[in-house]
Amino acid sequence: MSDTAVSLQNLTLAYGETVAVPSLNLDIHKGELVALLGPSGCGKTTTMRAIAGLMTPRSGTIMIDGVDVTKVSANKRGVGLVFQSYALFPHLSGFENVAFGLRLKRTPAAVITQKVEAGLELVGLSHLAERMPAELSGGQQQRLSLARSLVMEPKVLLLDEPLSNLDARLRLEMRTELQTLQRQTGITMVFVTHDQAEALALADRIVLMKDGVIEQTGTPEDLYNRPNTVFAADFVGFENIFKVSGNTASNSMVIASDTGELNLNYRSDASHLAWRPEGVIIGSGPHAGVVAGVAFAGNKREYVITTDAGKIRADVDASESAVQIGETVSFELPESSARPLREAL
Amino acid sequence: MGKTWASRLIIFTTLLFLIGPFFIIIFAGLSAGSSLSFPPQGLSLKWYLAVFEVESFRQSFTLSMFLAVCGTLCALIIGVPAAYAICRYKIPGAETIKLIVAAPIIVPGIIVGLALLRYLVVPLNFTVTLALFLAHTALVLPYAVRVVSASLENLRTDIEEAAVLLGCTRLQAFSKVVLPNIRSGILAAFILGFVTSFNQVPVSLFLSGPGVRTLPIDMLDYMEITYDPSVAALSALLAFLSMGIVFIAEKTLGFSRYV
Repeated sequence: MSDTAVSLQNLTLAYGETVAVPSLNLDIHKGELVALLGPSGCGKTTTMRAIAGLMTPRSGTIMIDGVDVTKVSANKRGVGLVFQSYALFPHLSGFENVAFGLRLKRTPAAVITQKVEAGLELVGLSHLAERMPAELSGGQQQRLSLARSLVMEPKVLLLDEPLSNLDARLRLEMRTELQTLQRQTGITMVFVTHDQAEALALADRIVLMKDGVIEQTGTPEDLYNRPNTVFAADFVGFENIFKVSGNTASNSMVIASDTGELNLNYRSDASHLAWRPEGVIIGSGPHAGVVAGVAFAGNKREYVITTDAGKIRADVDASESAVQIGETVSFELPESSARPLREAL
Repeated sequence: MGKTWASRLIIFTTLLFLIGPFFIIIFAGLSAGSSLSFPPQGLSLKWYLAVFEVESFRQSFTLSMFLAVCGTLCALIIGVPAAYAICRYKIPGAETIKLIVAAPIIVPGIIVGLALLRYLVVPLNFTVTLALFLAHTALVLPYAVRVVSASLENLRTDIEEAAVLLGCTRLQAFSKVVLPNIRSGILAAFILGFVTSFNQVPVSLFLSGPGVRTLPIDMLDYMEITYDPSVAALSALLAFLSMGIVFIAEKTLGFSRYV
């Protein structure tokens, strides 16, 4: 059998007249941890709901473990979903929440007890089994929701914004926990997020979506270092994006923003070029700008510099001495850190 | 200081106005005399005991109980799914439906009673009991829809989807997840409906026929003929019954959240 856990083929998803996802093709491998990343309204949640069976596709095919489940109803798909708000049953204890699905399957009581206890153990909630959901913290509720899905041994586990409702410290803890869990159980996980840092940190592979279309897929390293389009670059933190407006001579070109232009002493065939803030050199170089803002961020200083081509963001190691607001600095947009981009797909 | 006294006076007179008549009834029923009067002529419990001896009171009490219990249950059987549909599905004109459902609260009972008599009992030959049952169901329905809607709106919708993904059908999701979580709302609706139906006068007035009378109507009839303190005693007992039910509901369910 193939190693494809989920296969979406020419999937069209629509709400009435509004087409959310025009035609999606995506294969998710067994044991993979995939992030569906994109801004709100990009179709990532719709796609996830379609995989779960909570939404009927207008056309196309959904295969799970090689079986066409497009027409299979949500309660028979064997897909788990951890809701953003956890969706715990308020009238049932932690134990009963986890046991809910097993009881429906008429599992023998002894097996239920054993499986629920193992599930609670896995997420570190054994000692809170008798608590009601309202008596648990946000992080505990999420782990309970996770255990409730995991004991059903789903073919795919879907997670809707798994970290967004947690505070910064819990977020790190949960991130580690999800990775550990995935390694231990080998379960295929697909999670939806609008937070690129979350996707980069957690996923084996990121599927970046925009307006219902996959903009780019790749490993976190791929996407972080080598975005292909203006949208992808902007989403993963290339804060300085310029249009290449013309090659003036054999070894120079002009880049432009909405507000102005800069001359660079090298050429590119790309339609756009982008630099991360840490890719901009400050203190030397052919251009000059005025420091409009500077913020100390521990290991670095974050500058905003007003230039002929508008504002430029630059990060400089904090060990270097600070340039004050209002001072003029020279800077360079080096060829080595420039990422060539296409305008769109 | 003056302000405090003024506000206390207002509170006291308001309470007196609301509760005063109730005390008059209690004491009027405690009379040892044989006609309804206040202050009572001597004290005795005999009228409170006499109430239970009156045959027509027993019959009308049974009818009122039947109407209150069955009418309210029937209203809930219609009202709970209606409330669910209004809350969960984007029905065009849901607000209008809510308004129509609330009509029996808005329209004066006298008119409802007259309409039912004129268009159900007279032309269609409905029995009086059936007409009363329908009327009471319709009267309680708005309370059922409203109170159950309130508790449904406080319930997350995604728990039903969670239940479905764990293997439930939609119907199982409703019975295993939604119903247990709105149980107290349904109980509250039942109690409110029960009390409303039991104390209902204007609609029942039109629909009462020979030998078929609800308790409040029977009391009215009784008073026209016999002017003794038993009616006051019965009123006091009924008021205590209603208070008891609401008190227990408040203690066990936090009743006032839903009304």
